[in-house]
Amino acid sequence: MLLLPLIVITIFSFGERAPAGGYIPSFTFDQYLNLSARFVAFKNTLTLAPIGTIIALIIGYPLAYYLVFKVADNKKNILLILIIIPFWTSILIRTYAWIFILGSKGIPNLLEYVGIENLRLINTPFAVLVGIVYSYLPLMVLPIYVSLEKLDKRLLEASSDLGASNFKNFINIIIPLSIPGIATGCMLVFILLMGEFLIPAFLGGGKVFFVGNALVDLFLQSRNWPFGSAVACSLVIIMLIIVSIYMKFINSKNNREEVSII
Amino acid sequence: MRLYAYLIYFFLYFPIAIIVFFSFNSGKHASDFQGFSLKWYPKLFDNPFLIDAFNTSLMVAFISAILASTFGTMAAIGLNNLKGKLRVFYDSLVYISVMIPGIVIGIATLIALVTLFGFLNPLLASIWPMGLGKAPTLNLGYVSLIGAHTLFTMSLSILIVRSRLNGMDRNLIEASNDLYGTPIKTFLKITLPQLFPAILSAFLLSFTFSFDDFIIAFFVAGSETTLPVYVFSSIRRGVTPEINAIATLILTFTILLLLASHLLMKYKNYNNKGVKK
Repeated sequence: MLLLPLIVITIFSFGERAPAGGYIPSFTFDQYLNLSARFVAFKNTLTLAPIGTIIALIIGYPLAYYLVFKVADNKKNILLILIIIPFWTSILIRTYAWIFILGSKGIPNLLEYVGIENLRLINTPFAVLVGIVYSYLPLMVLPIYVSLEKLDKRLLEASSDLGASNFKNFINIIIPLSIPGIATGCMLVFILLMGEFLIPAFLGGGKVFFVGNALVDLFLQSRNWPFGSAVACSLVIIMLIIVSIYMKFINSKNNREEVSII
Repeated sequence: MRLYAYLIYFFLYFPIAIIVFFSFNSGKHASDFQGFSLKWYPKLFDNPFLIDAFNTSLMVAFISAILASTFGTMAAIGLNNLKGKLRVFYDSLVYISVMIPGIVIGIATLIALVTLFGFLNPLLASIWPMGLGKAPTLNLGYVSLIGAHTLFTMSLSILIVRSRLNGMDRNLIEASNDLYGTPIKTFLKITLPQLFPAILSAFLLSFTFSFDDFIIAFFVAGSETTLPVYVFSSIRRGVTPEINAIATLILTFTILLLLASHLLMKYKNYNNKGVKK
């Protein structure tokens, strides 16, 4: 049941396109050879998704750290819920809010008062990045939080007793032990970003588009299903390759048991 | 450090606050605040397309959440009894289906269903009895929406119910068996009541997911319009205060559902933090 749709896509991707937009069964690699037509979409996805993931990590890690080590237990839960809530509320609406903020009446309008004029934020890669970080920050913070929370705090005390500074503790104990959380967070964010459609559609305004946008275009507008399937298949394959390389890298560096994905 | 955390919370909530704020704008232009007014809210109820989309969303979310939490619970109990390699296989299937981007699920369901319908419709037409008039044709719509959402949220329900199942006291089941409770009686009197908070919370989360889902619905809705699809197409046409009002209502609704499900998850010292991701 769960795998069936993926199998269907693979079969379609080797087919040919019927003149009316349907599908003719056959076995050809034409669709794959044609992939370069959507090169820009792949390029955008493969540059902005990793950058977005890294920014989310850089912003999210200190927050998770703060929540685990600096907040009293009774406040922790409420602060966590406050992070979870945005993640579960409609991504459509949250992205829409940024059209508002980054649009010509938003931040650029405010900046005009201080003398910066004609600044264009929306429909740029920057806007897409802001949207990405905003939407996926909770997904980055939660796994890191969980891994830091599980960390045995006696290790820190022992290390301090032996004369290590806070900074050394952080580098030698906290970071290595939170790598599973970091890996999980990065993986989740990155995978979801690879299939992102809404954020580039709203904040990239047709100029900055992802593979997801190409897919919507191919399936719902130009109705070229076999080619669309080939694009989708390539996306899944690229994703799997990157994920497995990343997992190997994390595992070998860390020498620990398998890093679980969720 | 503290300031930094506050800044991030600000970053997370500011856009939401902006939308709520501007939904009370009396001016026609979405981004010029001209005064407080509630006038956009009653206007929403005069929009038949919106009401229609809302009803569709509500129905689809309700049915798929019931199906997902029922089948999810059954699957979780079933999986719990599995051992060895088979269990690892099913577990990874569940994780994979939670992780695959919605867009791929949307496309895949679209293709699978259209292929299936293309195969079933002529078949249906050929076996349809003559006297009954024209044979019905299967199309994308409610059924495909409910199907796709059920499939996706079922994995979620499995994860939630299973973590509750793992935290359950096995002794009670054994005690019941020792006292000659039949398996069905044990299930109804012991397992089900203990699982109930988790099932309800799976139901609520599935409901929230389905109600908020845009990308899957965008592909498989066919001629039906769900609320997020409606909102998407109106945003494409331009930013209006009306959208802000809809958005505010949706936000309030989902946040209430989330809080309810969170309280349920915590019910009876049930504190497995990992699931909610």
